[in-house]
Amino acid sequence: MRILVPVKRVVDPFSKVRPLPDGSGIDTTGIKFEINPFDEIAVEEAVRLREKNPDIEIVVVSIGSADCEEQLRKALAMGADRAILVETTHLFDSLGIAKELKAIVDKEQPSLVLMGKQATDYDCNQAAQMLAAKLGWPQACFASAISITGQMLAVNRETDLGVETVEIPMPCVITTDLRLNEPRFVALPGIIKARSKPLDRIPPSVTPAPLTRTIKVESPGARPPGRKVANVEELVSELKNRGALSA
Amino acid sequence: MSIVGIAFTPADATGIQAFAAALGLPFRLVQITGAANTTCGALKVLSAGLEDVPPADGLVASLEGAVQGASHIVAVSSMASKDVMARLAGVLDCAMVTDVVSADSPSTFKRPIVAGTLIETVEASGAPIVLTFRPAGYERKPPGGACEVESFSISPSKVRVTQAAHKSGGRPDLTQASVVVSGGRPLKDRETFESVIGGLADTLGGAAGATRAAVDSGIAPNELQVGQTGKIVAPDLYIAAGISGSTQHMAGIKDSKCIVAINKDPEAPIFEVADLGLVADLFEAIPAIRNLLGK
Ligand SMILES: Cc1cc2nc3c(=O)[nH]c(=O)nc-3n(C[C@H](O)[C@H](O)[C@H](O)COP(=O)(O)OP(=O)(O)OC[C@H]3O[C@@H](n4cnc5c(N)ncnc54)[C@H](O)[C@@H]3O)c2cc1C
Ligand SMILES: Cc1cc2nc3c(=O)[nH]c(=O)nc-3n(C[C@H](O)[C@H](O)[C@H](O)COP(=O)(O)OP(=O)(O)OC[C@H]3O[C@@H](n4cnc5c(N)ncnc54)[C@H](O)[C@@H]3O)c2cc1C
Repeated sequence: MRILVPVKRVVDPFSKVRPLPDGSGIDTTGIKFEINPFDEIAVEEAVRLREKNPDIEIVVVSIGSADCEEQLRKALAMGADRAILVETTHLFDSLGIAKELKAIVDKEQPSLVLMGKQATDYDCNQAAQMLAAKLGWPQACFASAISITGQMLAVNRETDLGVETVEIPMPCVITTDLRLNEPRFVALPGIIKARSKPLDRIPPSVTPAPLTRTIKVESPGARPPGRKVANVEELVSELKNRGALSA
Repeated sequence: MSIVGIAFTPADATGIQAFAAALGLPFRLVQITGAANTTCGALKVLSAGLEDVPPADGLVASLEGAVQGASHIVAVSSMASKDVMARLAGVLDCAMVTDVVSADSPSTFKRPIVAGTLIETVEASGAPIVLTFRPAGYERKPPGGACEVESFSISPSKVRVTQAAHKSGGRPDLTQASVVVSGGRPLKDRETFESVIGGLADTLGGAAGATRAAVDSGIAPNELQVGQTGKIVAPDLYIAAGISGSTQHMAGIKDSKCIVAINKDPEAPIFEVADLGLVADLFEAIPAIRNLLGK
């Protein structure tokens, strides 16, 4: 059985980002890049599933510049078997990413595509569901537990109300939520060892034609500055003055 | 141009009405759960009348016909809508914009990115446009006259729900509540969280929320997580107790009218965004607040 894990290179979620001076995008000068945290959780989960089901092969794929190799190497160091880098400088929207991933799925024939629920830079939360639609496969989004029994997966999904348990047949698409696992730490020797694992560079299957286009990136208007109150009495009377305790 | 709104909950219907009014477009409604909202101002309501939102594959297959002819297919942002609407956009092979906070034109939208630290203006081309929006910025209208209702049936799914999620407790829904009281890591355990944060929420008739740190350490249930990757709230009053104010948490509360922070560290970043800040131990301050409110 094969698991495909798409990983996106994103700006470090703990860095402070600014818009480019001309407002055309995110200023990434001096910013570190990481695997999208949700994708790192997906890689970790694939590795854990393989610990219980040794015949699993884990293939990771990233779409983007040559720099994405860094994130793919990290995924290989975490335990993925091989990597595909769809090397491109074109702009993609999530629909374009889904189409590109579909081309990879058609070729690799995985039983499961395990991916992040959202990329923490553009926060779209779309690509996985769009891929599932393009493949005509069922989906289980926002997983907080996954187990394999034969051709079925049992998945706990986080919903607006709490946790729902579902059974989903393979092939399918699953997205990870934060509670699924805590990714392992890989030390430098592991990353160096992963250098010998195979990494294929391929061009995109088609030139993307994005239907959404970023026309401006700007800083949000700041909230008016607040103030500190001296004690609980002042807090409560201030809230009453503002009519915030009407309930 | 006309809108089809997908209401995953009965409360979504009024949010969709407000959004449609802002774009100045008429709308039809497909309501998935609960009793049909016939006074929300829709031209027509297709009602599935379910108890829970069904799996996305079957639901999207049934929506395909219902959304024909729409220029915009819209839903209030929620986990359910993100699950379903993106699949619908994939099937329709059309543009999708997530978490719209305002529309500059029928095809140009503003949305927060990178945990709300930046605002992106996106232009969507082609038709239809699928989008999810945050209702906070849209003025809800009073109910109108009743409209026609038709029943809506859902296609079968390959996914079987073996155990449905059920809402715990009697507090208002986090995303709808006018008061939200949230707690962070120092709340220690479930019982402490429930008595301190839940207690103040009950005093104020509000909902309880939590940080990821609190949820990850088992202090609060998952569905209470507020933030970039949890729920987005916009109450009249948000009280953050024992919360440092990470970018990811702030992303979920920025649209609150009044933010109160209670933190014992005067340097905590939450004080930079709070309208009212109280430097205090929450375990002393919260009982004192409840005392002053006479409950
Ligand atoms: C090469 C490139 C250049 C870009 N340049 C710009 C730009 O100049 N200006 C701008 O505004 N935006 C740019 N973008 C961002 C682009 O608009 C978003 O990446 C796109 O809309 C997808 O949304 P998302 O990342 O939020 O994905 P989501 O839909 O939130 O992603 C969900 C999941 O899909 C998978 N996934 C997403 N993207 C990739 C990927 N690239 N490779 C592998 N898996 C992936 C991951 O598993 C991820 O967890 C660029 C993207 C790429 C890839
Ligand atoms: C990809 C990603 C997504 C994330 N998504 C989210 C999200 O959606 N929501 C979210 O909340 N976080 C999210 N996080 C986590 C976030 O970065 C922070 O780690 C988290 O919000 C911190 O929670 P906290 O404020 O409870 O804990 P801490 O940062 O540990 O803060 C605890 C605070 O309590 C104060 N304190 C301690 N004792 C007392 C006392 N007795 N009385 C008063 N004050 C006290 C301390 O001074 C401190 O400021 C995400 C992180 C990542 C990487």
